[in-house]
Amino acid sequence: MKGALIAVEGLDGSGKSTQIYLVKRWLELEGYKVFFTEWNSSVVVKSATRKGKKRQLLTPTTFSLIHCTDFADRYERQILPLLRAGYLVLADRYAYTAFARDAVRGCDRQWVRNLYSFAVPADITFFFDLPLELALNRILAGRPKLKYHEAGMDLDLSPDPVESFRIFQGRIYEEYKRIIEEFHPVVIDATQTIEKQQEQVRQIIAERIDLAQYRWRILR
Amino acid sequence: MSVRQFYGTPPPGADPASLGGKLIVIEGADGSGRSTQIAVLNDWMERKGHATVQVGLRRSTLVSAELEKAKQGNTLGRITMSVFYATDFADQLDNIILPALHAGFVVLADRYIYTLMTRAIVRGCDRKWLESLYGIAVVPDLVFYLKVAPQQLVERNFQKNDSLDYWESGMDIGLSADMFESFMKYQKLIEHEFTRMQKPYGFKVVDGNRPIRAISADLEKHIEPIL
Repeated sequence: MKGALIAVEGLDGSGKSTQIYLVKRWLELEGYKVFFTEWNSSVVVKSATRKGKKRQLLTPTTFSLIHCTDFADRYERQILPLLRAGYLVLADRYAYTAFARDAVRGCDRQWVRNLYSFAVPADITFFFDLPLELALNRILAGRPKLKYHEAGMDLDLSPDPVESFRIFQGRIYEEYKRIIEEFHPVVIDATQTIEKQQEQVRQIIAERIDLAQYRWRILR
Repeated sequence: MSVRQFYGTPPPGADPASLGGKLIVIEGADGSGRSTQIAVLNDWMERKGHATVQVGLRRSTLVSAELEKAKQGNTLGRITMSVFYATDFADQLDNIILPALHAGFVVLADRYIYTLMTRAIVRGCDRKWLESLYGIAVVPDLVFYLKVAPQQLVERNFQKNDSLDYWESGMDIGLSADMFESFMKYQKLIEHEFTRMQKPYGFKVVDGNRPIRAISADLEKHIEPIL
C-alpha cells in the first residue's frame, strides 16, 4: 500500500473533528495529496439509514450492519483506491467508533472486530481523550436537540434524552478505554489548547510518515 | 424443547432457549423451482394446522427498496454488497424469524445465508469473514438444496423472463462478455460452492429436474418427521 491512513477517534465533543480539519489544512497547504472521509456519509445507504433511524426500525445488529455498509462503501470506493494510489487519507472516525458503539448496544465484541477485518488498520490513530464530564458539558452547553440514536435512546437507559445521553456516552467512554488497551492508539490529552494538541499531532505525523513522498508531482 | 443452535454468537436479544417452532430453508438458483415449492409446502402445512411465515432475500422493511435500487446499477463493491445483504438478512432475523420461532411458527425461508455466502465467495470475499458475519444466523431444522442442471436453468429462465438476469449470469464479475457463456460459468461456480457447503451445513440435496409433485413429495417426506 503506497498511501497512509490517519484516523481520529474520541467522544462527541472531544474536539477530534477540529483537529483532523487542521491536519487536513496543514497537509493541503504544504502541497500533499490528501483525501478526507467522515463517518456515516455514503450516499448509497443514506436513505436506508435515515428511514431506519426515523422509524426506529433498527436492532443492535441491523444498526451495526447498516453503519458497516456505509463504511464498506466508502472503503471500497474511496479509502482503499486512494491508499493504493498513494494518498494521505484522513478519517474522522474509523473502525473503533463501530467497536465502541456496537458493543454498547450489545453486539459481540469479537463479531464486530471480525466484521471490520476487511479494512486495513490505520497507520496512525489519534484518540482525543477528554474526561467524560467535560465532553458532556461541551455538547450539552449548546442545549442541542439530541437525536434519538445520538442520545442512545434505543437502549432504554432513561426516558430523558439528556440523561440517556450522559449514560450512553459514559458507556462509550468505557468501551474506548478497552479499545485503547487493546490497540494502543496515540492518546492526546484533549484538555489542552487546540494549538497545543495540533502541534503534538503534527509532530507525530511528521515523525511516523515520510511525508515527502506524498507531494503532488506535477510535470511541467 | 431443545435449545436452538446458532452458527456463531446469537444476536443481542436472542434467547436460544425460548425458541421453538421450525425453520425450513429451500436453497437453489433462480429457476430451480424454489418459490413454487415454498407455495406448495405452505398449503400443505396450513392444511395440517401449522402456522407459517415466509422470509427471503430482499424482503426486509429496512433495506429491500435500497437493495433493489442497488441492483439496477452496478456501483457497489463486493464487501459493501455483502454487508448490505447481511443487513437485509439480520432485519428479517430479528424482526420475523426469531419472533416467529419464539411463537412456535414454521418459518419457510426462500433462500438463507448460504446463497449470500456463496455469491460473496464467488466474488472473492473471505470465507472466514463470511462465516463470522453470518454467525448470527439460527441453524435451520432442514435445508433443502434444489439442484438443477445449468442447461435446464437456462431454459426455465428464458421461459419466465425472456432473458437471462444480469446478476444471475454473474455479468458483474467479468467471466465472459457473452451473457449465455457467463451464465453457464457463473452457475457452475455457484453450484461448486453449494456442493462444498453441502456436508458442513447438512444440505439435503433434492433433484430439481423433476415434476413439481415429485419434488414436493420428497420434501414432505423429510419434513413430516420433524413437525
